[in-house]
Amino acid sequence: MTTLTDIPQSQGFRLSQLIYDTRYRSITIQVIVFIAFMLVGWILVRNVTINLANLGKEIDFTFLRNPSNYDIQQTLIEYDSTSSNFRAAMVGLLNTLLVAFLGCILATLVGVTAGVLRLSKNWLVAKVMTVYVETFRNIPVVIWIIATMAVLSEALPQPSAFRGETPTASMWLWDTVAVTNRGTYIPMPVWGAGSVFVIVTFLLSLLALWSFGKWAQRRFEATGQILPTAWIKLAIFIAPTLLVYLALGAPITFDSPALKGFNFQGGIQLSNSMIALWLALSIYTGAFIAEIVRSGILAVSKGQTEAAFALGIRPSRTMNLVILPQALRVIIPPLISQFLNLTKNSSLALAVGYQDLRATLGGTTMNNTGRELECMLLMMLIYLIVSLIISSGMNVYNKSMKLKER
Amino acid sequence: MKKSVFLGALTMAGLAAGAAMAQDSSTLAAVQERGALKCGVNPGTPGFAAPDANGKYIGFDVDLCRAVAAAVLGDAEKVEYTPLTSAVRFTALASGEVDMLARNTTWTFSRDVDLKNTFVGVNYYDGQGFMVPKALGVSSAKELAGATVCIETGTTTELNLADYFRVNNMDYEPVPVESFTEAQTQFLAGACDVYTTDASALAASRASFETPEAYVVLPEIISKEPLGPLVRHGDDNWGDIVRWTLNAMVTAEEFGVTSANAPELVKGTENPEINRLLGVEGELGAMLGLDNAWAYNVITQVGNYGESFEKNIGENTPVGLARGLNALWTEGGLIYSPPFR
Repeated sequence: MTTLTDIPQSQGFRLSQLIYDTRYRSITIQVIVFIAFMLVGWILVRNVTINLANLGKEIDFTFLRNPSNYDIQQTLIEYDSTSSNFRAAMVGLLNTLLVAFLGCILATLVGVTAGVLRLSKNWLVAKVMTVYVETFRNIPVVIWIIATMAVLSEALPQPSAFRGETPTASMWLWDTVAVTNRGTYIPMPVWGAGSVFVIVTFLLSLLALWSFGKWAQRRFEATGQILPTAWIKLAIFIAPTLLVYLALGAPITFDSPALKGFNFQGGIQLSNSMIALWLALSIYTGAFIAEIVRSGILAVSKGQTEAAFALGIRPSRTMNLVILPQALRVIIPPLISQFLNLTKNSSLALAVGYQDLRATLGGTTMNNTGRELECMLLMMLIYLIVSLIISSGMNVYNKSMKLKER
Repeated sequence: MKKSVFLGALTMAGLAAGAAMAQDSSTLAAVQERGALKCGVNPGTPGFAAPDANGKYIGFDVDLCRAVAAAVLGDAEKVEYTPLTSAVRFTALASGEVDMLARNTTWTFSRDVDLKNTFVGVNYYDGQGFMVPKALGVSSAKELAGATVCIETGTTTELNLADYFRVNNMDYEPVPVESFTEAQTQFLAGACDVYTTDASALAASRASFETPEAYVVLPEIISKEPLGPLVRHGDDNWGDIVRWTLNAMVTAEEFGVTSANAPELVKGTENPEINRLLGVEGELGAMLGLDNAWAYNVITQVGNYGESFEKNIGENTPVGLARGLNALWTEGGLIYSPPFR
């Protein structure tokens, strides 16, 4: 009966425990912050709704069905001024995606080259790359975009310079490419009868290329012999397609641009606004990628290089087989955010009059219909979806490059 | 930690609530309390609204801002100018960033009705035209098939252009540009063959070129562009003030009241309408909630419609526009004011 227990008597739950008891305190704080956050959100939404109602503007998406009434310079799908605002937005979205896709490729090429060269032992090359990286990443991208556009429209010849007895400008590559201050005109392929066979042959040779690579790899792993794969691959890439093309009597012809009326007609026109945006975005983002590549390479310990050299592996193979595969693991995650940055920065296109999603849905359509909130919400949603798709795609690649623990 | 979160949340809530209330009070009271009129103008159209050598905004549209400031505050200089691109102007007005727009804006049905603006009048009857380099040898807009056209995005001219070329079954390549100055740069660099906008703005920009004689404005006018000042929906008294300020300038021209002779006429004349306009008779100013000398201030400080026109865009200025449609109705034009009574 006189047993003494150390267990404190349970006094039930008291309210003050919510603050003074460390077991509950963090939960209390979280609940309060959550409620405050929801309250602020609710006030903002309510404020917007009331103000919109005062202005007599309810949220309404029917404007998307109405005709857009304006023209777009570059349309990847069929579009004219009688098409709907929705279609105009889609044309803009495709333009955004096009410049983002091209930009990501060029930025990667530029960035990897600059990043590797910045580590070069050649003093001049390394310093030139340092200057490139520091200049480009420290000046706002919109200034680069506008500056590139200004250079293109001021420095390149006008179409009229190609005219007359003594033209001051001439076309490039045997009169097939015209570089003007309105854009670059390149030949457009015309698909004649039988061209389908050429394409099929080309696709088959790509398949052959891939299986040859597999086979060469297996042979290398089995015997240790290295084939001169580059030459064989080049032959597989070109020869069959060329033979079929010639055998069928050149079914694919090219429609070269020619000066007619005000402009060059025929061929494919790459507008200067797109080129300016593409170059500026790529070179700007390339500077960031260069730093990411450099840090990735430096993250691989020096011992790896020394070990490879000790085994007698050539420097170029050391880079390709030892350093880069390990560096990629460090490089890819920040690279994803650079791709996302590039895609989002492409919304600065309006500065040079490239009609991307921001310029169509968030520009002319918004301006003509006065539906600011709806257009902004739609744009945010679309950019969000595009970014999420890019990052999930890159995450899959990242997973395949990750260190595999066995 | 908890306290700071609480305070943070309270501040946020307070800010949001403050924003909710900002919309309510009348524009007139807000302007008088602030002591300055916020006026949205074009960033740079010579003759209509452009900064002069001292960085001070001058021009035909700017005069309207000054006139409203003179009417409301008694001082034409009490204006804060907000340069707005065509794409942001309506948002700036709707959000209360500016009290009025005098920014060569075309009065259209959807802008008036759907965008919830109130157009209070027309201060310049315009139409869309085309400008081309003389060297192209083009004499009519019908010869522009296949041309590259520089066009400001977010304007009615963009829509007219699409309609005109479609109706006439011609192709063209639009080169969208974001601002008036960007359009001029592109056009002068030859990045487009044609520059299209309101004919008045074409004349204004041609006047600012180094060699104006190397460019021609084509004779076709493809649209009606009544340009005028506008205010937000929902504040009718403020709309009345801006409307009757413009009307006062027109009426003053009609009755020959100028900035020079107004101080003489305000002593009293035989003409009752002039007396009512200048506040000698009647209580017109008080009806608007203004001083009775409101129109007198407008006329003495800014001038009448004709004076403002001749000073900024008339035939003796670099812009060199004829009165044309913008002559008084008594002289065959369209400029007409309802009576002051």
